[in-house]
Amino acid sequence: MFYFPAMAESDVLRAPHVIEYTYTRSTGPVIGAFLTGLRDGKILGATTPAGRVVVPPTEYDPITSEEVGELVEVGQSGVVRTWSWAAHPLKDQPLDRPFAWALVLLDGADTAMLHVVDAAGPEAMSSGMRVTARWRPAGERIGHMKDIECFVAEGAS
Amino acid sequence: MAAASGGRRPVAVVSFAQSDMVRREELRNDVEVLQPVIVDVFEKVGLTKDEMGFVCSGSCDYLVGAPFSFVSALDAVGAWPPMRESHVEMDGAFALYEAWTQLQEDDIDTALVFSFGRSSMSELGRVLTLQLDPYYVAPLWPDPVALAALQARALIDSGRYTEADFAAVAARSRRDALNNPHAQVKGEQTAEELMGDDYVVAPLRRHALPPITDGATAIILAAGDRAAELCERPAWITGMDHRIETHSLGARDLTTSPTTRRAGEAAGVVEVGDGSGAPVGVGVDVAELHAPFAHQELILRDALGLGEAVAVNPSGGALAANGVMVAGLVRIGEAASRIMDGTAQSALAHATSGPCLQQNLVCALAAEPAGDGRR
Repeated sequence: MFYFPAMAESDVLRAPHVIEYTYTRSTGPVIGAFLTGLRDGKILGATTPAGRVVVPPTEYDPITSEEVGELVEVGQSGVVRTWSWAAHPLKDQPLDRPFAWALVLLDGADTAMLHVVDAAGPEAMSSGMRVTARWRPAGERIGHMKDIECFVAEGAS
Repeated sequence: MAAASGGRRPVAVVSFAQSDMVRREELRNDVEVLQPVIVDVFEKVGLTKDEMGFVCSGSCDYLVGAPFSFVSALDAVGAWPPMRESHVEMDGAFALYEAWTQLQEDDIDTALVFSFGRSSMSELGRVLTLQLDPYYVAPLWPDPVALAALQARALIDSGRYTEADFAAVAARSRRDALNNPHAQVKGEQTAEELMGDDYVVAPLRRHALPPITDGATAIILAAGDRAAELCERPAWITGMDHRIETHSLGARDLTTSPTTRRAGEAAGVVEVGDGSGAPVGVGVDVAELHAPFAHQELILRDALGLGEAVAVNPSGGALAANGVMVAGLVRIGEAASRIMDGTAQSALAHATSGPCLQQNLVCALAAEPAGDGRR
């Protein structure tokens, strides 16, 4: 009969373990166009058969699944539909100081986009407030959601 | 639709077991957490693994960072001789759905469903971000609390509920959990006391968040006469359905749960009518709702039309223990247990997956099989 005493906390072996997603994916005609637009300082939406503009665009209507039509440029400002306050930003999030997460309905769009708002504090935030995109410098943009550094209150930038 | 079990054999929950739900299972691996639960669920009905017509599990490899970790977990059941087996990379409630569809055919009479997860093994907030849209959402690394807080703010803005309502849900959950020996977070704090908690991501305070939980659970399903042989009061599944919403967060109305409503309608526990009025529940005795965040219970209650007479989450719910991949199946087990122990004649269980209640499953349970002569 073998007997293994319970391990003490200090005896537990620990090792780092890195998870990677080592695939290369094509972003396709719609997502790819949107990301290229970000690199060029534009925000594109997709037009659905019903005439709604989906931002950020998908290859299909998110409600009816119908194929979308042409891509159109929408405004770089819009309305905060809802927001939350990240007092303690986590690793890799867009800003390293307290900020607001927000669903932003851009001018000309019918669906809201997730991004962050750089604001002095939660008292500076409200649903319905207008915000505008603050871009990274053109030379630093790579076709990525973080090409938009953040949104800021309209008139503050 | 295939969701309702019209014309097919009735299926029932006949046994349910779960581990203690704890913050950190550091000295036991998945198999060691799971194995006593599997033994328990079999002993309750005097069955063995070799008598199972089908085995289906739910788990997530990302939690332990080990590909195909669900395969090694089969050691807790016994992988030899070979068995008919399947796995979903989802909560065990969705594995139960798969087993339920198989049991309605005539070739098997019993199925084992189990799920397990040690959320403590990784940074759960980052792991759950990996399920999000990989182009538009995940690159910003929003944690699950940040997204749930967007939903909570929208609910407050709608004028239907307040932060105090969220605290009341948490206070009731923790109080009910005092009667659940497996629960992790329990206590007698009042809602007023809980309102003193700090915000994690405003408007969500600490009490409105689920705990990080390690644990495992298992259920045995049986069809037709076999269910009555195995269990004095089987919990018959009278309907089940699951639906998913778009992964475009900004295209959803986060203050409602249309997929819960539709799944509830297909499962036979909600009457929607022409859709112009509020959904009306058919009136179950107990509802076990998988609402990881306090405000989500309020959204689910409205979607299912649950009245004041319905006992919601007598187990304490997901605010008392939220094993990722586990808590949904536990809801079905807890709801079924209220029927098997005679305290309820009818119940519903709900399970969710994805951010902000993206995907929802509703399972209707009753002390009698659906009354259309199917049994």
